[in-house]
Amino acid sequence: MADALVRADVLAGRRAETAGVSVVPGAPASRLSLRAPQAGIAALSKALGLALPKKPKGTAQDGTRAALWLGPDEWLVLDAEGVDLAGLCASVRTAHSAVDVSHRNVAILVSGPAAETVLAAGCPQDLAPAVFPVGAASRTVLGKVEIVLWRTGADAFRVEVWRSFSDYAFTLLAEAARDA
Amino acid sequence: MTAAFRIAGAGRLTPAHEARFTFDGRSYAGLAGDTLASALLANGVHLVGRSFKYHRPRGILSAGAEEPNALVEIARDGARRTPNVRATVQELYDGLCAVSQNRWPSLAFDVGAASDVAAPMFSAGFYYKTFMWPKAAWTRLYEPNIRQAAGLGRAPDQPDPDRYASRFAHCAVLVVGAGAAGLAAALAAAQTGQRVILCDEQAEPGGALRFESGVTIDGRPGWRWAQETAAALAAMDNVTVLPRTTAFGYYAQNMVCLAERLTEHLAAPDPEAPRERLWQVRAGRVILATGAIERHMVFADNDRPGIMLAAAARSYLNHFGVAVGRNVGVYAADDSAYAAALDLKRAGLGIAAIVDWRAAPEGAAVEAARAAGIEVLAGHAVTGTAGRLRVSAMTVAPRAGGAARSIAVDALLTSAGWTPAVHLFSQSRGRVGFDAASQRFLPQTYAQACASVGACKGTERLSDAVDEALAAGAAAARETGGRRRKAPRLDAETTETWSGGMLGVGDESAAAPRAKAFVDFQNDVTAKDIRLAVREGMRSIEHVKRFTTNGMATDQGKTSNMHGLAIAAETLDRPIPEVGLTTFRPPYTPVTFGTLVGHGRGRLFDPVRRTATHGWAEAQGAVFEDVGQWKRAWYFPRAGEDMQAAVARECRTVRRAAGIFDASTLGKIEVVGPDAARFMELMYTNPWQKLDPGRCRYGIMLREDGFIYDDGVIGRLAPDRFHVTTTTGGAARVLNHMEDYLQTEFPDLKVWLTSVSEQWAVIAVQGPNSRAIVEPLVDGIDLSDAAMPHMSVREGRVCGVPARLFRVSFTGERGFEINVPADYGLAVWEAVWAEGEKHGACAYGTETMHVLRAEKGFIIVGQDTDGTVTPDDAGLGWAIGKKKTDFVGIRGLARPDLVAAGRKQLVGLRTADPKTVLEEGAQIVETPDQPVPMRMIGHVTSSYWSANCDRSIALALVENGRARSGQTLHVPMPGGSIAVEVTGTVFLDDEGGRADG
Amino acid sequence: MLLIRCPYCEEDRPELEFRHAGEAHIARPERIAAISDEAFERYFFLRANPKGLIYERWRHLHGCARFFNAVRDTVSDRFVMTYKAGEPKPETLPEETGR
Repeated sequence: MADALVRADVLAGRRAETAGVSVVPGAPASRLSLRAPQAGIAALSKALGLALPKKPKGTAQDGTRAALWLGPDEWLVLDAEGVDLAGLCASVRTAHSAVDVSHRNVAILVSGPAAETVLAAGCPQDLAPAVFPVGAASRTVLGKVEIVLWRTGADAFRVEVWRSFSDYAFTLLAEAARDA
Repeated sequence: MTAAFRIAGAGRLTPAHEARFTFDGRSYAGLAGDTLASALLANGVHLVGRSFKYHRPRGILSAGAEEPNALVEIARDGARRTPNVRATVQELYDGLCAVSQNRWPSLAFDVGAASDVAAPMFSAGFYYKTFMWPKAAWTRLYEPNIRQAAGLGRAPDQPDPDRYASRFAHCAVLVVGAGAAGLAAALAAAQTGQRVILCDEQAEPGGALRFESGVTIDGRPGWRWAQETAAALAAMDNVTVLPRTTAFGYYAQNMVCLAERLTEHLAAPDPEAPRERLWQVRAGRVILATGAIERHMVFADNDRPGIMLAAAARSYLNHFGVAVGRNVGVYAADDSAYAAALDLKRAGLGIAAIVDWRAAPEGAAVEAARAAGIEVLAGHAVTGTAGRLRVSAMTVAPRAGGAARSIAVDALLTSAGWTPAVHLFSQSRGRVGFDAASQRFLPQTYAQACASVGACKGTERLSDAVDEALAAGAAAARETGGRRRKAPRLDAETTETWSGGMLGVGDESAAAPRAKAFVDFQNDVTAKDIRLAVREGMRSIEHVKRFTTNGMATDQGKTSNMHGLAIAAETLDRPIPEVGLTTFRPPYTPVTFGTLVGHGRGRLFDPVRRTATHGWAEAQGAVFEDVGQWKRAWYFPRAGEDMQAAVARECRTVRRAAGIFDASTLGKIEVVGPDAARFMELMYTNPWQKLDPGRCRYGIMLREDGFIYDDGVIGRLAPDRFHVTTTTGGAARVLNHMEDYLQTEFPDLKVWLTSVSEQWAVIAVQGPNSRAIVEPLVDGIDLSDAAMPHMSVREGRVCGVPARLFRVSFTGERGFEINVPADYGLAVWEAVWAEGEKHGACAYGTETMHVLRAEKGFIIVGQDTDGTVTPDDAGLGWAIGKKKTDFVGIRGLARPDLVAAGRKQLVGLRTADPKTVLEEGAQIVETPDQPVPMRMIGHVTSSYWSANCDRSIALALVENGRARSGQTLHVPMPGGSIAVEVTGTVFLDDEGGRADG
Repeated sequence: MLLIRCPYCEEDRPELEFRHAGEAHIARPERIAAISDEAFERYFFLRANPKGLIYERWRHLHGCARFFNAVRDTVSDRFVMTYKAGEPKPETLPEETGR
């Protein structure tokens, strides 16, 4: 029965492309909101197969999986292959919270030489490479909505935004792309 | 064709680059690079507007942003019509169409000018004193007429079709102003590799170098040096140079807002390009190089067209190649005006005389003027002027007394000295101090990490200004971590001197009974007005300003504030610093709403949140309502149905068969951890420890004061995992409330909170047929009443996707809420719909949801409660764990007021006439025949037509309500009083068996 | 727009990411159900609202989501320092540096 069901990507078909930047929806992925005290980091890192970052704005990436530091006891774990991340954590005995949020967020990929400028239309953080280098990630705001911003390359960012705010975020980025 | 007042060989514009434009319908020729003002002057047009109050003919005073007079309307098309554009900053483009304002029927003949004749009536405070009586006339007579006469320019009446952009920017050093000082500062800062932003309000850098003819910097003429330096800076990777960009607001911690104008100067702007862009710049250091603004002299009839600032005339000549007159008078109290006279003289124009207010001016400038054969009348004042639409003569008299003489002129240049532009410094909360020697307010105490350099700091010598700017630029870069570099050296030489100046009226003739010596041109404030304000008791400059409106026009008194202050101080016989300087506030110059709004219009005005089934509901013809930022299906009308009919049908269908409802907007929080139940005990009034996994409970959350904050059904998925639902509107604040307690009051609890509101789409299936609808779609969950009773939750699969299935009911019927991952929400909904159609189900919206829950007496937090309602007030006292020793609100509930008798309690109301539907919010009284104001004992909180009860139903908060059961109360309405009977809150299925059955 | 140093993110961040959360160092009484009306009034209703230095709570809502404490001057709006939730009220405050 499952294959009969159509998964409806909320940003399906959206695309904004200019000379300097491309704004496109990211592919579906599995996402985990992971919460754990210091004591649980080692075991959870092992279970997830990557070292959970401990520094603000830090990320860890291994292949198609990544963990983004969001707070001192909070990570957003992403897996492009759709792996059941909560399942991986189930065997960890140290107290923690692993909640599947795969459908809560939508990804928007912003790339190109003007990517930083496009994001600056709505994000008040300093995104210069010296301050927000490749690999940095942070929860922040974009215009009137909250996002998680991850710099995946010198000219590439991944924006994670709640599903119902994704139309706003995409529209703002597309508008900003016209001005970059 | 060369315009009549364009001087061959003068200025920097290219004669071949013609741009045609119209002013008041007449066509003229200008040159590319002109401003509208310079192009008009090139054509000999000085009369460009009428003043605000007296409708006096006005010309062009300045050559920059400080312009108070030359305000025109620029219209590109019907929707692109901008009023109050300063002609002195509007760059000319081919096809520009400008129209004068505040005149009727024409600029030269304006009926409104009658108010000039009646001027004695319109002195300061006139409106305050005159339109006092009768009071009723204000709204009907005075105000409409004053409004008719007031206002400047016509606001556009169509939506703004242009795009606006915004951008956050960060830099080590922001330099405001690209004159000699600003460029030098930027140069020094940029060399260190630090990020530098340099902005200037003009199209080209250079500032005063535009008109100063005698400057050499780094071996090059000043203007050329400025252009080459700005170009070199712009070519550096670490530097952003922003021309046509005004720094209009200086906020906390070096946040400076800039308005960049991108298309105002273009004949055919690219419709894709934004018209303006707002920059919110956060700078490590700010260097203010904002220059100084020349003041006019205050004398009788100093406002005739053709009377302008001396440096403005130099700009028109030296930059635009335009002569502002052929026989020009000069009235000055400082040296810089002499340079203007000399430049004009050298260009072959006649200088009728230099009238110097100072008793014995001396120095190089004065000697040069005399040597050039210009008559210098020292110790003289201009006591009046003649000329109707253009100045034709000035009356000159010795200040010490003596015969006056009239000197014919066709333009009159005035300069009372230079006011440092401390606006942004003042906005930064820096404190200015009055320098008595130079009669200027100068930056004194800095409140933020900024430095003033050059003329805005009061530095007069160019070489000093350049040196201090280089040092400031280097220091700013160093302090923000730039590479150590030796500050560059720049040799700057000039023949210019900016010394001298005066404040206030030139001489007593300016205060003569019929004289109009303007201080503030834009608001038509005269020297007499300010004296009158003082005589009427105003002591502080803030009061004088408000009484006279001096400095309160859109130019914010850039040319007038200091004169106004000096006149007030003199009249009060107190020193200037004691009278005080008015506070400068953003914006420095007017900023369009579009710039401030930026991208935030239309679809981006506010996020619009839609659920997964939005498109389906739209296709079904649903009508939506706004619930916060969410769009929710309100009702689903079928052909021929109005709202009432649709809701009645939906309500009946749910109770007879089934209904399907999108409940996705409910807030959902996953509470996970070994201490989850302990935490829940603290956050909700109910007991949670003994709730078995797989079961649900209706929970009430209080604030610490004991009042209901939120409610919702909570399912326990596992010993250490709860699925909490909140109200739609409460989702964010409930999570914040929980996090607050968890992080700061109970940080030792091992429990974590995650918002899953958007992870799950929620499809509610309610009604007697709900199980039959859901059953075929479910894998691995036994839906029988025995296995899955009312108020239980199971995890399994629905339509093959992971699901959390709740057996809950907000309708009082047997009901399920299917939670599936949001991207599958639409597909599962469609599957449920297909099953539902087999069983007579309908889709229903929020209105039906409201009616059905009211029939059962279920409250809506925020509708039946208002932040002053306790669980007991709402009839929910049963939901408080009696054995609990702590939960948020436990102590609040014991407050004397909350346990006192006579509190308002939630009850049901039945109108005597079942067809009458009460108004929500209507007040309730005991007897309708009491005198007004009646004693109100409660109000209606919810009221609907109930098709299932075939009558109206209502919930109300009524004083001592439960004890009044059976009593008749009254709801007074404009059409008469409505009798109601107090009942219980449940109107249908009192025993509640339907949800279980 | 203020810049606020988040003690958890160890960085100055724009005010847009934060939300103010009232006065700091007001602990919820241990056995709250048993306290007197007067004690409850002091705990729940009464606030200092000083002119000058105030100890207050902020939340880095759109950042690390942590609540933390701050010392701010209500006259100048300047943050004197920020520190983590649960840390004691600082006994000494840093000297005001620079301008």
